[in-house]
Amino acid sequence: MRLTVDHLTSYRYDVPVRSVVQSHRLTPSAFAGQKVIDWEVTVTGGVRGASHRDGAGDVVQGWTIAGPVEEVAVQVRGTVETEDLAGVLRGHRESVAPDCYLRETAPTRIDVALAALAASASGSDCLALAHALSLAVSDAIAYRPGVTHAHTTAAEALALGEGVCQDHAHALIALARARGVPARYVSGYLFATEDGTPHEAAHAWAELHIPGLGWVGFDPANRCCPDDRYIRLGSGFDAQDAAPIRGVARGAAVEEMDVRVAVLQSAQ
Amino acid sequence: MLSRTADNLYWIARYMERADTVARLLEVGSRISLLPSAQGYRSEWDSLLQATGMAHAFAAKYGDPVQRNIESFLFFDRDNPSSVASCITAARENGRIVRTALTTQVWDALNTAFQELRQLERAERSTLELSRLTDWTMRHAAMLRGAIDATLLRDDGFNFLNIGYYLERGDNTARLMDVKYYVLLPRVDFVGSGLDNYQWSTLLRAMGAQRAFHWAYGGEVTSAKIADFLIRNPQSPRSLATCTAGLVNHLGRIAKAYGRETRAQDCARALLAGIEGTTVDMIFEEGLHEFLTRYITESATLATAIHDSYLSGEMR
Amino acid sequence: MGQFNEMYQGTEVRAPYARLQDWVATMPEELRSLKQAEAEALFRRIGITFAVYGEGGDPDRLIPFDMFPRVFSGTEWARLERGIKQRARALNAFLVDVYGRGEIIRAGRIPAHLVYRNEAYEKAVVGFVPPKGVYSHIVGVDIVRTGPDQFYVLEDNCRTPSGVSYMLESREIMMRMFPDLFRENRIEPVDTYSEKLRRTLASVAPAKCKGEPTVVILTPGHFNSAYYEHSLLADLMGVELVEGQDLFVEGEYVWMRTTEGPQRVDVIYRRIDDAFLDPLCFRPDSMLGIPGLMDVYRSGGVSICSAPGAGVADDKAVYTYVPDMVRFYLGEEPILQNVPTWQCGREEDLKHVLANLPDLVVKEVHGSGGYGMLVGPKASKDEIERFRAKLVEDPANYIAQPTLALSTVPTFVEEGVAPRHVDLRPYCLVGERIELVPGGLTRVALKEGSLVVNSSQGGGVKDTWVLAE
Repeated sequence: MRLTVDHLTSYRYDVPVRSVVQSHRLTPSAFAGQKVIDWEVTVTGGVRGASHRDGAGDVVQGWTIAGPVEEVAVQVRGTVETEDLAGVLRGHRESVAPDCYLRETAPTRIDVALAALAASASGSDCLALAHALSLAVSDAIAYRPGVTHAHTTAAEALALGEGVCQDHAHALIALARARGVPARYVSGYLFATEDGTPHEAAHAWAELHIPGLGWVGFDPANRCCPDDRYIRLGSGFDAQDAAPIRGVARGAAVEEMDVRVAVLQSAQ
Repeated sequence: MLSRTADNLYWIARYMERADTVARLLEVGSRISLLPSAQGYRSEWDSLLQATGMAHAFAAKYGDPVQRNIESFLFFDRDNPSSVASCITAARENGRIVRTALTTQVWDALNTAFQELRQLERAERSTLELSRLTDWTMRHAAMLRGAIDATLLRDDGFNFLNIGYYLERGDNTARLMDVKYYVLLPRVDFVGSGLDNYQWSTLLRAMGAQRAFHWAYGGEVTSAKIADFLIRNPQSPRSLATCTAGLVNHLGRIAKAYGRETRAQDCARALLAGIEGTTVDMIFEEGLHEFLTRYITESATLATAIHDSYLSGEMR
Repeated sequence: MGQFNEMYQGTEVRAPYARLQDWVATMPEELRSLKQAEAEALFRRIGITFAVYGEGGDPDRLIPFDMFPRVFSGTEWARLERGIKQRARALNAFLVDVYGRGEIIRAGRIPAHLVYRNEAYEKAVVGFVPPKGVYSHIVGVDIVRTGPDQFYVLEDNCRTPSGVSYMLESREIMMRMFPDLFRENRIEPVDTYSEKLRRTLASVAPAKCKGEPTVVILTPGHFNSAYYEHSLLADLMGVELVEGQDLFVEGEYVWMRTTEGPQRVDVIYRRIDDAFLDPLCFRPDSMLGIPGLMDVYRSGGVSICSAPGAGVADDKAVYTYVPDMVRFYLGEEPILQNVPTWQCGREEDLKHVLANLPDLVVKEVHGSGGYGMLVGPKASKDEIERFRAKLVEDPANYIAQPTLALSTVPTFVEEGVAPRHVDLRPYCLVGERIELVPGGLTRVALKEGSLVVNSSQGGGVKDTWVLAE
């Protein structure tokens, strides 16, 4: 599938700030399932810092914006050719040991209910177990926007029984780690389906490390594995660690953020 | 040099000079209160507090301006950011932060003042005469000043220290004069009276400038002579002319060392021109209080310019 | 239990201390108290004080200084030096390895979970090799002695070991107070430390840096208990002492805010923890760090010393494997031994520890500063039982070691001179070369019989001499 992305994130400050520094993970991952045709990130008034590829294979790009700053617009535009690999992250160059992703973080901390849910799933092998865990999350947490927020933990979302893709991903990561399966958070884009199924164009899911296959994506929010409708950007222990944009403004201002994302099928 | 270091040096000087002024203020107050007056001694202390902008804080904590309380408030009280104890502690803390930019002698002067202050704070109050406290403060301020002059490298740090000193001292001279002229004298028809002259003499004495004044002017103490001495006379160590010229000089050295001028140099030169271009007659025509208020405001503008150009770290 | 007295063997005086025998024997009582007061006044005047976290009280409290020096012969030191340098090399090789291919783990010489699941293991620097392959530029190795040739390493400090200012200032004060001692004894100087440190830091400047690198020391601020040390080192090296707010990232570099405008910074000797370095990479609430620093670091625009992630090498659980590191990376036998250590996370070890608690020292794996530890022989029944419960609750969080008969050195006490237990922390510098100043920080437990030398627990310091051969 050939997908085009138009993603605008704008930050507005009620009083001008002295400077803004950002760190981006906004470059599509290089693996067998996706090929970048063209891709461009611009930041209004921004000075591009050096970039590097980190141990997890993500391209990280720093930006600085000198003040006074009232508004910052981060514009991502590009086209990616995708292929359905049934969630398998084949041909991805990375060097972080999978065991590293067994570590707990605040939003993925296990509690009694998560542990019970993790124990309830079973599978004949690790892959089957991973599918079972993902389904368990899909069943336990219904998709409903607006009930959770950026800092909701997996335990809280499970208690609520509702949440968005971030909560689904956190819950699956917590479950997998509880069963000794390394798991991580993935951020990216999802192509808008034509049948009107609720979804988020700026999307997130989880990857579990399966012996023999390596990293495999699971999207409990959509009860599937990522296919050619997905564009993968980067990964981390949790949502904050994998955030496509992390930033700090210098100054005592209230920040207002607005995100608009359109992912369309390209006519070629 | 690191902007924050320059800022710390600047504030060491400002705090130490402020401690010195507060001590002098205490001395003025206690002397003036020894004089019989129409309102009784209390109102003079009250006027002093009002002049320094500390009357509200004082009243909230102590109520009536009793001399002993005023001494506590102006010397020991840590809740009062302008007390001698607060100023010396703040100066020493700024010094501790930039310990590496100071010589041993300068640090010693700051640290000894602080350590002795802690002994004073532990001492029985009845054993502490006010004059001992004020002398002590002025002595330590002078020791620090001496250590700076004798041992510090003449680099930008030295200039920022001096800028702090001159800015604070000019501001303080203007305020002390304003206290005397605008606040202390009960009514305008007292101008030229015995009380008026006595108050002026006391002010001069507090500034350690009584003898210098007589050498320079001789004869009767008049408000015109004093205004000339404390505003226009470049020989007087605390005059506005001396302080402002000092600012122009040290800012000029910095501009030369860095190879560029900022708004601060413009501000300082304009301030100096205003003093040099005026006469005592013109000052009294404008009104001494109005003139001093204007100086204080413009000096604050200069302080902002110095902050923005050098101390904030924001310049490019 | 036989304790090794470093000065006396029976009635014989050991050679390195020979000249101190007369010194102490002929020192009049009044002179001693006079000198002790002088030393304290000097310490206070230079402002070297020690604040203990959470203890309140006097923030300007002095750490007690004992005038009786601790002495090593040149031969003793030569062996220590080789052992320490060997350890520092192995620790750095380990760090490069675990952030790279992880050979030692693949080889099964150290369990993967101890490294990869360790909080101190930083995913953000995986795949990055710092300049000259050095992660830990200042390795503080804590050493105890139990006999003439028996030295044990208690722990390694690979992040930002503190205390070197005491080594430097103790020497300054001793030289001022007792110049004759230095004339009579040929004592190796330690004041070359700052120049060696500066050279070490400059030698790991990033490749992008052309010309003389700008080095800074990054401090959490003047409220930090080690602030004096930060400022002393900055002063001795002639570099700026900065706080996070003094630095900023723009473009591909880190800059320092100066009165003349921004100045580029090449090497940051940081004295703050990884977690606070960069809110964009680690703790987002950190006010001490520099936003964007890690992006610049990873792209080779600035060097950070010690390198983020170095802490995984000085974890108390990883410590057990340092002798294996020496063999694995260097193909050598370790010169310095570890203290035998039981990992309470292992079932068999735990069983042994629980059965022998009154004889053991039990420490938290991530603890430091002498807090959260049990000294079995000194503990009450109650304390032991409370610790037993903690151990059963979370065994993997503890290690245990035998109570060592730490060596003693004569120390000035109320009643005169008496033996007190000591340890030693030398500071090994690792850059283009590996260097060790002959000396270190000797900490002394001032309480009679006490084995706890931490300054937060009533320990003091001594000048440490290495005699020239």
